[in-house]
Amino acid sequence: MSDWESVIGLEVHIQLATRSKIFSGASTSFGADPNAQACLIDVALPGVLPVCNIEAVRMAVKFGLAVGASINRKSVFARKNYFYPDLPKGYQISQYELPIVVGGQIEIQVNGAKLPIRLTRAHLEEDAGKSLHEEFSAATGVDLNRAGTPLLEIVSEPDIRMPGQAGDYMRKLHALVTTLEICDGNMQEGSMRCDANVSIRKKGDPELGTRTELKNINSFRFVEKGIEAEIQRQIEVLESGGTIVQETRQYDAQKNLTRPMRGKEDAQDYRYFPDPDLPPLVLSEEFIDALRSELPELPDQKLQRFMQDYGLSEADCKQIVQSSATADYFETALAEVPAQPKIVANWINVELASYLNRNNLKIEDSRISPKSLGQLVHCITSGVISGNSGKLLLEAMWKQPETTVNELIDQLGLKQSTDTGQLTELVDRVLDENPGPAEQYRQGNQKVLGFLVGQVLKASTDKLDPKAVSTMLRSRLDA
Amino acid sequence: MIPANCEVTEISALLEAKSISSVELCELLMQRIREHQHLNAFVTLTEEEALEQARLADQRRANGNHSPWAGIPLAHKDIFCTRGTRTTCASRILDNFVSPYDATVVSLLKDAGLISLGKTNMDEFAMGSSSEHSCFAPVKNPWNTARVAGGSSGGSAAAVAAGLVPAATGTDTGGSIRQPAAFCGITGLKPSYGRVSRFGMIAFASSLDQGGVLTRSARDAALLMDIIGTFDPRDSTSLDIPSAGSFEQLDRLNDGFTIGIPEEFFGPGLDNEVASAVQDALSKYEAMGAKLVDIKLPGSEAAIACYYVIAPAEASSNLSRFDGVRYGHRSEDASDLQEMYKKTRTEGFGAEVRRRIMIGTYVLSHGYYDAYYVKAQQVRRLISDEFQQAFEKCDVIMGPTTPTPAFELGSKTDDPVLMYLNDVYTAPINLAGLPAISIPAGFANGLPIGLQIIGKYMDESFLLKVAHRFQTETDYHKQTPKEILS
Repeated sequence: MSDWESVIGLEVHIQLATRSKIFSGASTSFGADPNAQACLIDVALPGVLPVCNIEAVRMAVKFGLAVGASINRKSVFARKNYFYPDLPKGYQISQYELPIVVGGQIEIQVNGAKLPIRLTRAHLEEDAGKSLHEEFSAATGVDLNRAGTPLLEIVSEPDIRMPGQAGDYMRKLHALVTTLEICDGNMQEGSMRCDANVSIRKKGDPELGTRTELKNINSFRFVEKGIEAEIQRQIEVLESGGTIVQETRQYDAQKNLTRPMRGKEDAQDYRYFPDPDLPPLVLSEEFIDALRSELPELPDQKLQRFMQDYGLSEADCKQIVQSSATADYFETALAEVPAQPKIVANWINVELASYLNRNNLKIEDSRISPKSLGQLVHCITSGVISGNSGKLLLEAMWKQPETTVNELIDQLGLKQSTDTGQLTELVDRVLDENPGPAEQYRQGNQKVLGFLVGQVLKASTDKLDPKAVSTMLRSRLDA
Repeated sequence: MIPANCEVTEISALLEAKSISSVELCELLMQRIREHQHLNAFVTLTEEEALEQARLADQRRANGNHSPWAGIPLAHKDIFCTRGTRTTCASRILDNFVSPYDATVVSLLKDAGLISLGKTNMDEFAMGSSSEHSCFAPVKNPWNTARVAGGSSGGSAAAVAAGLVPAATGTDTGGSIRQPAAFCGITGLKPSYGRVSRFGMIAFASSLDQGGVLTRSARDAALLMDIIGTFDPRDSTSLDIPSAGSFEQLDRLNDGFTIGIPEEFFGPGLDNEVASAVQDALSKYEAMGAKLVDIKLPGSEAAIACYYVIAPAEASSNLSRFDGVRYGHRSEDASDLQEMYKKTRTEGFGAEVRRRIMIGTYVLSHGYYDAYYVKAQQVRRLISDEFQQAFEKCDVIMGPTTPTPAFELGSKTDDPVLMYLNDVYTAPINLAGLPAISIPAGFANGLPIGLQIIGKYMDESFLLKVAHRFQTETDYHKQTPKEILS
C-alpha cells in the first residue's frame, strides 16, 4: 500500500417508515402511479401549509437515543431555497442550525478492535420528487409521489479511514434502523442512500485534503467500491502532479469509476432561514422518556447478550444480529433446542443463508419457519438423523414447507438405524417413572438393571437391541 | 330598500322578517356591483353560484332550519382560495389558476350560511398600500374616485364602503386590512397572529399574515370573528385558544378602562386633520369614562425598516412555488429550464413583487443574513416586548391608523419608500402579532379618517367591545359616500 491515507465522512439519508408524509397526510407507500400520492400540499398549491408528522419526530428521537446522542429539546425547521422542477415549493423543509439529534456514535470493528465513528448530527427533512428525463422526448416528467417523504439525514464525522469501514458503518446503521423499526432498510427502493465525502492526505499529515462528494450511493457494496475508486482516482491525480477539485461526483458501477456530476450551477446559496409556517419543534421530557422506554434491544446489546448467554463467537453473533429479523429467527429456532445455540447459529448462518441468498429472499420471507429449523437441529443433536441427512432434510423442507419435519424424515427414510435419539428419550422416561429401582441401582444393586431393561423394551413399539438398551441405561445411571 | 350602510345584523333581521329574500338581495347587490364597475373593486364575480346558494338559503329559512347568517352576501379578497373559482392574488402568474380547494376561512363562512358574490381586487400578492399594484386595474376610493382605496385589501374596503357587500374578508400583513378600512371609512379588524387559519390564504409573509374582516361596524366584525376565529389543525401556527365569543360580549364593557397613547404615533409626518380627529375620538372615550395614559413605544420607529426586511425575506421564499412548472402562467418561449424560470417569473410578477423578491433574496443571502434578517428578528422581539410592557399600564392602545387620509391615485407608485411609510402605524402591530381594529373617526375634506385600537394578544373580544362602544355613541361608521347614496 502507498503512504496515502483516506479520510471519509458519510451522510446517510434514511427514509423513515411512517405511513404518511412528513408534512402532509399523503401515503408514502412505494410504487404507485406517478403523482397518485401527491396531495395539495405535496404539489405546493397556493395557500397550503405544512403540518409536522409527529411519527417522524418519534423515529428521529429513537435513533438519537439509540446512538447515545443528545436530543435537542427545541429544534427548528428551516427552508433550503433552490429552484428545481421536482422541488414543488422552491424550497426543501429541512433542519439547519438546530437539528433534532446532535452527536452520538456508531461503533464498528477494525481488526478486532472497536472503532467509534462519531456522528455530527441527524436532522429531519422532506424528500424531493423525481424528475423523469428518459421517459419523454424533449420534455421532463415530474413525479411528486416521493415529495415530502420523511428523511433522517445522519451525518458522520470524518472518522472513517478505509472503504471497508464505510461499508461496515452502513451495515451497522442498517441493522440499527431496522431493529428500531424506523426504516424498512430496503436498499433497492432507495430507503437508505449515502453521500460520501472523500479526501486523501499523506499519512501523518494533520491537514485534510480537498474533498469530493460521491452522491447517491444505494448499496453497501457500491459504497465500498465507489469510495475505493475515488481514492484511487485522487491518488492518481495527486501523484501525477494535479490537484483535487472540490465537486460532487457520481460512481459508475459498471465501469468502476467516478465522474463529475453534470448540470449543477456554480456554488448555490440556499438562503436557509427558519420556516415561519412551522413553530419550533419542542419536545418534553415525558415525550423523550416514553420513547426511551420503548427502545427495543439494540444490535450491540443483542450481540453482547448472545455472546454471553449462548457462548457464541463474535463472528457468528454479528451475522445473527445484523437484522432484528435474523435475531428473532435465531431465538425462535433455539427455543426448540435450547442446549444447542452454536449449531442453530451455524444452520442459520450457513445452510439457511445460502437458500435465502440463492432465492434473493429476506429471512422474514424464508420458506422454512424458525420452529422447524429448530426441530431439524433437534433431530440431528438427538441422533434421530445424521448431520448429512440434515442437509437433505433442509432441502426437502424448503421445497415442501407445508409438510412437517417428522413426515419429511419418514418420507425420505432419514431415520438412523441405531436410533439413539429415540432410545435416549425412552430410557429417560423409564428412569423417571421408576425412581425406586434407579436409586437402588445407584446404591450398588446391579440386579435391578435387568428390570429396567425390560421396562424399556416393553415401552418401545420398535424392536430394540437389549444390549444397546442396557449400555444406554448404564451410561445414564452412571452419569 | 337596502341602504349602502346596511350591516350584516340588519340584513339578517330583514331576511328573518322576510322583508327580502336572499335571492333578491344577491340580485340587488350584483346590480350594484355592475353599476360600480369603475371602482375596480371586484376581479371575479360568482353570480350563478351565489344565486344558487341564495335559493338554498331561502329554502332553509323557509324550513326554519338555518343559521342567523344564512343567505347573507359577502366577498372574499382574491388571496383566499375558493374551490372551482379563479384565485389570482391579482397576479398575472395566477391569472389562469382555479383552486381545487377552499381556504379554511372561506369554508367556515360558507358553513355559517354566508354567500360569496365574488373575489375582490388587491395589490398583487398583498404587496402594496394602495391596491394600485394589481394586474387588473387600480381600485378607486368610493369617497373620491381620484383617490386610492388603500391596500392591499382595497377591493374589499371599496366594496364594503360602496355598499356592494355588507362585509368582506381581507388579509393584513403590515396594515392591509386597517389602512384601506381607514381610507374607505369602514371598520377593519386584524386579529391576533394565530387566531385565524392561514390555510388556503396565499402566503405573502407567513409570520405576519393574518386573515380578518372589513365590515360596516365592530358588531359585524365581532360576529364574523366568532365564525372565522377557530383553531385549524391544518395550520401549525393556528392557536387553540378559544375566543371569548366576541358578539355575545359586545355590550359588556365596564367603564374605567385605560387607553395607552403612544407618543411615537403622533410625531412628525402625521397629518394635522388626522391628528385632531384622533384627539377628538380620544376625548370622546375620556368622556365615556376611559382613562388616558401616555406610553412609549420607541422601537416602533424601527418597525418599517424591520418589516421591510422580514416580509420580503419570507415572500421571496413563499413565492418560489410560482415557477411555471405545475400551475399558473408559464412563458411560451423558453429554450431551457433556467430561461423558463426567468421568463415565467418576469412575465408573471409585477414590478413591486419583483422588487420585494429581490430585497428578500438579498437579505437572506450568505454574508448578509446576520446583518439583515437576524438583526430584524431581534428588533422584532424588542418591538413585541415594548408592547407587552405598555399593556401593563393600559388595556388598549389607540392612535391613528394612517398618517394621512387617502392619497391621490398614482401619487406614490413611483416612490416605493413613500408608499411603505403608509404602514408606519400599522406594521408594528403585525410584528408584535397583536389584534387591532380601525374604525371611522371623522373626515378631512370629505375623506374618512381611521382610529386604530390595538388590543392585548388573543383578546379580540375586549378590543371589539371598546370599538363597539365608540360606534354606539358616534355615527361616523354610518356615513356613506354621497355619490353612492344618490
